[in-house]
Amino acid sequence: MKVGIQVVALYTPCVPDWYHCMEVIAGRAAIVVDQTNERYQPASLPRNERRRATNSTRLAFRLCEQVQNHASSNMADIPTVFASSGGDYDVIHKICSALSLDEKFISPTDFHNSVHNAPAGYWSIASQSHAPSTSFSAGDATFPMALVEASLLCNAEQCSTLLVAYDIPPPQPLRTKRPIEEPFGIALLLDPESKAGESKVVLDIVLGAAVSIDSQPHRRVANVALSNPIARCLPLMGAIADEHDAEIQFAGTPGVKVKVTHG
Amino acid sequence: MTQQAPIAISSFTVTSALGTGRVPNYRRAIEGDSGLGRCNFSDAASLDTWIGEISNVDEVRIPSDLSPFDCRNHRLALLALEQDQFLDDARSTIQRYGADRVGVIMGTSTSGIRQTEMAYASLDSSGELPDWYHYLPTQNIGAVGHFVASILGARGYCVTISTACSSSAKVFASAARALQQEVCDAVIVGGVDSLCLTTLFGFASLQLTSSIPCNPCDIDRDGISIGEAAGYAILERTHTQPAAWLLGHGESADAHHMSSPHPEGKGARLAMQAALATARLEPEEVAYVNLHGTGTIANDSTECTAVCDLLGTAIPCSSTKSLTGHTLGACGIVEAALTIQALQNAMAPGNHNLRTRDPQISANIIGKSHPIAATHALSNSFGFGGSNCSLLFGLDP
Repeated sequence: MKVGIQVVALYTPCVPDWYHCMEVIAGRAAIVVDQTNERYQPASLPRNERRRATNSTRLAFRLCEQVQNHASSNMADIPTVFASSGGDYDVIHKICSALSLDEKFISPTDFHNSVHNAPAGYWSIASQSHAPSTSFSAGDATFPMALVEASLLCNAEQCSTLLVAYDIPPPQPLRTKRPIEEPFGIALLLDPESKAGESKVVLDIVLGAAVSIDSQPHRRVANVALSNPIARCLPLMGAIADEHDAEIQFAGTPGVKVKVTHG
Repeated sequence: MTQQAPIAISSFTVTSALGTGRVPNYRRAIEGDSGLGRCNFSDAASLDTWIGEISNVDEVRIPSDLSPFDCRNHRLALLALEQDQFLDDARSTIQRYGADRVGVIMGTSTSGIRQTEMAYASLDSSGELPDWYHYLPTQNIGAVGHFVASILGARGYCVTISTACSSSAKVFASAARALQQEVCDAVIVGGVDSLCLTTLFGFASLQLTSSIPCNPCDIDRDGISIGEAAGYAILERTHTQPAAWLLGHGESADAHHMSSPHPEGKGARLAMQAALATARLEPEEVAYVNLHGTGTIANDSTECTAVCDLLGTAIPCSSTKSLTGHTLGACGIVEAALTIQALQNAMAPGNHNLRTRDPQISANIIGKSHPIAATHALSNSFGFGGSNCSLLFGLDP
């Protein structure tokens, strides 16, 4: 199953965008040590929604807007795949905390933000897109499965397709049970196989028998966001940033293997 | 997608407040024998609402090697797997194609959140969650896909789609893509959602729950009745004698509001239109529409506007949510099962509890079960965030 890569976006506090990531891998920049941790303000959300946006929605929008800033064409009506292993941990914490009290009051906004597809819903409203959108989780296998789901959708729809994969750290007491320490996300604007010849980077994705171990990430990003399941993409991102062809594998049952070729 | 090749549905099963297995679900739906009762669920007994609760879910035993998965959602998932010889059908499908070639695509909206609710109610003196609480195999959205794959021994493509009330309809679309592009040779699709305080109190806070058994499309409708359910189907590229065929699917986004549908039903219309287009069928070839029909003022009027715009006002339509309750992430698979059985028996269930049709709704809402042509039928599922999915079923490829 082949897809071409049109645009890449990436965010984690110590590597705040894809350009920075490529510079780190090339040895021309350092990982950011003194992170500002400012709350991202999604430019494409109206002011009220922007003010009330959850951390999960802010991370997804940061990635989508990074793609939008670099995409050569309009992002409206692009099919999307939003993949997050745990979705909005903050809202789940708020709701379950509220339910443990006698009043059991859940704010209406918290409730509609608790659906796993909330960021996808907000993005479809912001981009005024009626195109199909899927949101899902596969636990710690979310990133490799997201590559498969997005490629299937891209090749079925025969048009550019946006993959957004992200996870935020849960608040305590959930964090002890789901130890993710920092946010991490990536987004890929993909082209179908029929147009992949025009892309600089082509992925050939094969899902098959169990694989026992992930490929190693590039040593310069080897310690980035280790506890975040979406950071399992880093070996692949390194192969995309690098200019050599490579084969990257993702452990699991099923396993996923990705051949990266540079045009 | 411009065209979808027919996908065989070789087996299916459903468990809801109407009963365990296909037969009681369809029989009670046709008889108009609703499974709704007054809410008496846990701490939500104080809510003035009706629900579709399944008895004895908490008595189901999770196999000991899968005990970290233990939660109401997975007990219901297992209860439903044990009906209609579905476990046998699934396992023989896996044997035929090889475990690596069989995918599992599940849908859920709240997964095992009940487990987290109970854990938060049992914080210890230092504010820590109890030792018995395991987040990843229960609450995590991906857990139900992994659980079902583990029970069945399937080792292929495995994801859990979570798009609110369209979840277990979208699983069919995702499976169609995986089959057509040969990432899988068979896919077990399904959905499960179980009662929890989050949805009972959450929908109440949005003032979307009714204090009487829901009555979709009725002039006096005022909200939903929440239900729990689980169901499954086996999809393959071909089969000698399938139960039915998935002929088309359509997905869209409303791009309007997080918890209210597009006022003209634009997304609903796009989804139904795409289902017809991918099946290469004309509106007049549809014999029945199983509406999403939640019983809210907004959903029913916008959905029926879209139905009438696209399909006209003659095709029999009904919502089955007044029989099963609104089973949220499971409603896609539940209503797919009822729609398939409607075709198999050439008899569609009626829109139970309809007393006076809303005059603003022009669709042909059948109040009681009604004969239909055994040809093609549409099933709609629309969710929060404006996520829409419409599935087109038929008896011939």
